[in-house]
Amino acid sequence: MCGIVGLFAKSPDIEESLGTRLGAMLEQMNDRGPDSAGVAVYRDPAPSGSSKLTLFSADALQDWDALAAELGQAFGGSPAPEVRASHAVLVVEADAPEAEAWVRSVHPELRVMSAGRTIEIYKEVGLPAAFVRAFALGDFQGTHALGHTRMATESRVTTEGSHPFSTGHDLCLVHNGSLSNHNRLRENLRREGIEFQTENDTEVAAGYLAWRLREGASLEEALEGCLTDLDGFYTFLVGTEDGFAVLRDPIACKPAVLAETDDWVAMASEWRAIAQLPGAAEARSWEPVPGVVYAWERAKV
Amino acid sequence: MEAAEATAVEVVDLAETPLRELNQRLHDLAGDAGGPRHWRVLNPNGAHAVACGLDAEIEVEIDGHVGYYCAGMNKLATVRVHGNASTGLAENMMSGTVVIEGNASQSAGATGHGGLLVVHGDAAARCGISMKGIDIVVRGSVGHLSGFMAQTGRLVVCGDAGEALGDSIYEARVYVRGSVAGLGADCVEKEMRDEHRTELAELLARAGIDDADPGEFRRYGSARQLYTFKVDNASAY
Repeated sequence: MCGIVGLFAKSPDIEESLGTRLGAMLEQMNDRGPDSAGVAVYRDPAPSGSSKLTLFSADALQDWDALAAELGQAFGGSPAPEVRASHAVLVVEADAPEAEAWVRSVHPELRVMSAGRTIEIYKEVGLPAAFVRAFALGDFQGTHALGHTRMATESRVTTEGSHPFSTGHDLCLVHNGSLSNHNRLRENLRREGIEFQTENDTEVAAGYLAWRLREGASLEEALEGCLTDLDGFYTFLVGTEDGFAVLRDPIACKPAVLAETDDWVAMASEWRAIAQLPGAAEARSWEPVPGVVYAWERAKV
Repeated sequence: MEAAEATAVEVVDLAETPLRELNQRLHDLAGDAGGPRHWRVLNPNGAHAVACGLDAEIEVEIDGHVGYYCAGMNKLATVRVHGNASTGLAENMMSGTVVIEGNASQSAGATGHGGLLVVHGDAAARCGISMKGIDIVVRGSVGHLSGFMAQTGRLVVCGDAGEALGDSIYEARVYVRGSVAGLGADCVEKEMRDEHRTELAELLARAGIDDADPGEFRRYGSARQLYTFKVDNASAY
């Protein structure tokens, strides 16, 4: 069992209170996933020519200022780290692939949780309710956000094994379920050059999506590919720079509910998470049909 | 019973009252115990197991959406939800009536032994899975694997049915007005005789559905080929 939540703002009020709303939803999913929790928040786009990294350090004494100075020397500018618990966000004057590659080679002890223009991923072991406080979710304003509470079945309870998983720049995945063909698929994807950091099944699904997108598939095509290439149970919620998408496997043992008002679109494992949102009682709500991709995107400006 | 007690409505707001307290008060009415007969529950907000395990001739109205296992194991009581219900609605119901004005999620009426479950919206996958005597009337459509291993009772679907309807069905009777995406193993269409139209009309009337003509439904049931394992049928499992 795991819990999933997603919130897509359609009004300035929801954008301003995005973190508070998402935190309230996440706390409702506390008992579906008490092992660990995580969120992906889409906010504060990096300026043109720059990109945004979310980094995790297992070292409680990590000197983020020193790292920022190194990044400034390597790429110019003077990035200021925005530190939240074990994570820090840095805006780097380089594109995302270049900045990410630099961290991986120069600081292999750090984990790149996300890279892109707007995405920030935070995740940590422990109770979701504690996570909401430790990472001060209430601070966040943004356009949309995803969250996950984990009850581990497949692999170890670690920060790296928590969700969301990055599936590429400004892309991420959260998952409720379990995959049974992840070992074979991981080996196949490694041959395609996709890197993995854990033995986690969801990371393989994230790698699969990253590979399909790299090969030119649209997000919808990549998700539809899951229906034939992934064996197992899943409700997926995928975050993109412009919105999010939902897919359930055709057997659909894992729950999902969607709801929409003039102010927001929300997805959750259970209604009690969505019930936290303003106007929920009057929202249009429905259960996503198994095997069908549902997607919301904001209009590109 | 005092006249005032028979007509008064006991209101419980779950935004203020713990769910366990509500359910305990409802359980305390079991048997011949006195107490309020009409209840109204406010702000369920998707809570699990609301009005679960009732065993008294009472009426419970719930204003809003409920979570898992609402009205599970119901006996005698009438539970009406003004909203949607999540997984396992009226699971293992024994008797009484459960009515959902919105949609029900998967496994509605699972393993139910008796009583009537009415869903005015759609029911999702596995509606009536392993039903054992319950009657289920769905005004909308049902998802895949509905009536899976259904043993006895009647499942009425006024809309469409998803894939693998009635897979491995025993002696339950299934009526569908709309299209069926596919029949499960050992489920076949059967002749609709007068006795079936009569029982269907009675079920629709009990469910308060007066705009569905029994003549528009088709009947499905067991081909009785998978009751006992025969090696010739191995590929059908």
